[in-house]
Amino acid sequence: MTASDALELATDAPTIQPVRKGMWGGGPGDVSGFGGISRPIQYNSRATRPYGGWFDEVIDQVLGLVPDLPEEVSTDRGELTIYVPKDLILEVVRATRDDAALRFETCTSVCAVHYPDDLGAELHVVYALLSMTHNRRIRLEVVTSDEDPVVPSVGSVYPHTDWHEREIWDMFGVIFEGHSSLTRILMPDDWDGHPGRKDYPLGGITMKFKGAEVPPPDERRSY
Amino acid sequence: MSPRDELDPVEGTEETVDISVAEDSELSSPCAESQGPEDAEVVDGVSDDYAEDDTGEVAQDDDKGAVVFEEELTDKPEPTEYLIIGGDFDDVVAAQQNRSDEVIVINMGPQHPSTHGVLRLEVELDGESVLSIRPGIGFLHSGIEKSMEYRTWAQGVTYITRMDYVAPIFNEVVYCLAVEKLLGIDVPERANVLRVLTMELGRIANHLVAVGTGGMEIGALTVMTIGFREREMILDFFEALCGTRMNHAYIRPGGVSIDLPDNGLARLRTVIEWFHKHLPEYAGFCNENPIFHARMRDVATMSFPQAMAMGVTGPPLRATGYPWDLRKKQPYCGYETYDFDVITWDTCDAYGRFRVRLSEMWESLKIVEQCYKRLEETAGQPIMSTDPKIGMPGDLSLGPDGQGNSFTHVKKVMGQSMESLIHHFKLVTEGFKVPPGQVYATIESPKGELGCHIVSDGGARPFRVHMRDPGFHHLQSVPLLCEGGMMSDIVVAVASLDPVLGGVDR
Repeated sequence: MTASDALELATDAPTIQPVRKGMWGGGPGDVSGFGGISRPIQYNSRATRPYGGWFDEVIDQVLGLVPDLPEEVSTDRGELTIYVPKDLILEVVRATRDDAALRFETCTSVCAVHYPDDLGAELHVVYALLSMTHNRRIRLEVVTSDEDPVVPSVGSVYPHTDWHEREIWDMFGVIFEGHSSLTRILMPDDWDGHPGRKDYPLGGITMKFKGAEVPPPDERRSY
Repeated sequence: MSPRDELDPVEGTEETVDISVAEDSELSSPCAESQGPEDAEVVDGVSDDYAEDDTGEVAQDDDKGAVVFEEELTDKPEPTEYLIIGGDFDDVVAAQQNRSDEVIVINMGPQHPSTHGVLRLEVELDGESVLSIRPGIGFLHSGIEKSMEYRTWAQGVTYITRMDYVAPIFNEVVYCLAVEKLLGIDVPERANVLRVLTMELGRIANHLVAVGTGGMEIGALTVMTIGFREREMILDFFEALCGTRMNHAYIRPGGVSIDLPDNGLARLRTVIEWFHKHLPEYAGFCNENPIFHARMRDVATMSFPQAMAMGVTGPPLRATGYPWDLRKKQPYCGYETYDFDVITWDTCDAYGRFRVRLSEMWESLKIVEQCYKRLEETAGQPIMSTDPKIGMPGDLSLGPDGQGNSFTHVKKVMGQSMESLIHHFKLVTEGFKVPPGQVYATIESPKGELGCHIVSDGGARPFRVHMRDPGFHHLQSVPLLCEGGMMSDIVVAVASLDPVLGGVDR
């Protein structure tokens, strides 16, 4: 599956949107009377033009430099997010770093988010770029699937993303193609699994306190 | 050598990475990596040396010893490689005495006192020169980010404060700023003043530790002792303010947990006067100290282009002369209304970073004094968001036992108003819900840019929290600072970056 297919799946097929059930997480203990409610969760809304402020200027410049880039943008809460197909990410970061009008010199943070309900696009890698020249921040978001968790490494453009990518491999199992030494960084070298993922259990034991039993945090009722 | 190469913690790994390679645990050790199975003459392994004898006790065969040398028996002029597994170090030294190739790989840490916590440095030394150095982290990883996904938004503060434990207020502030951005709420003015006050006191405390332990590592023990003496004043103030000296959980989404105590302003005045009296001592001790100059000048240099390539922020960046400070560039918590200067230095070395920190303490003190005036003016104003669905009820005030129960509130919810009790109960057990979306908030922590990326799915718990800790980011540049230098400069270089491993490993 290519990245653009995954993007289409994520945005065009409403059936796979994650859903919030009931008032208390939809479990059997939901005695609120609203246990039957089912509401979709819209994580990432898409914005339409005009985006406002300097956002249009930046988007125009990026689209001019990377013509293949689909115009998928979010301006949620005043932060500009560009959704980038994963085979274009290297081209986009090179353009955003080198172009004088964009000049995002630093990738301050790379982080991954695991959306198990977003079928075909379970893993999102989020890049926070900072332009010190223009005093701007943008975010790039790349999606990939559990079956093919491979994303090109941006280490050749931003050398300081080395450890961030290792951390994401360690925690989420995203493979950064082109990374020179993708080894575990926080967990022990011989660890099994990727603890940041939602399907990795938190662990913990039931506590007994004055006769009552307190379940571990991941088994308690969530709202 | 490009920065890319210098970052590479493992030499000789293939370009194409697949899971099996990445999971190979031996790759992370430079010693093990060079030991191919085909050229390793394995003397009977250590595991064979330990055998249970008839008495059932574990005995060690002294003839074989625990020291295993493995030698390549080829004509190549390559330096011989050794693998030392335990044993008496005197044996190692004796065996080495007649040899001329002296490249030795040493593990500094994770229990080395000069590595600021549990930082492991794999150093390849030729005599006293550092050929290569690779930082290893993760020894203090405690899964804070994952644990936060199973707690309410308000409980998250108590987790996040334990990340960078030398400057805990900053973790709380950046997390709360991110949550407030998701909620779309504003914070009362007095709460912002209290946030700025605690942050700037925290900045002074952090820089005192950075300067103090940095001085201790080059032998200036007095700088450490007076540094911790001054820090104690700040920790005492924090204790009077919120009940805890560290790990405060003082900043909450929507405001702060508790107002100044009755004698708070008087205590703050004492702290300010104390610092006016004692901060000059550091300049007197250190600035022209010949040992400081000899150990720090032109040591661990990082030029401006190098700093940009490594994405360095905070004092190491400002020591290259670039006045990048988020308090000025992207103000938060009302920093644009305070009068202070951004400190820079132009030497790009450890001494410059030390001087930047020293001067920043004075700027922080200036801000603290302005906070003092504003706290006088805003006395009695709310310190928590007035939205009853977010702000914790209870009018907490610190009792003599260090607990925050308000008798009036307890009397009301337990005796008079059932609805108040339900409201309080729901807010504590269930928490508040945060609309779905993602934000990235950043502040200028004493160490550099501290970022917090939060994703919410609309529930009462975070869907994902990720902290961008400056120490994690900066430790990548240790090879750039140390390689080619002297072994004794490693501790100076690490200290000049001021990493705190609680924040690095999270």
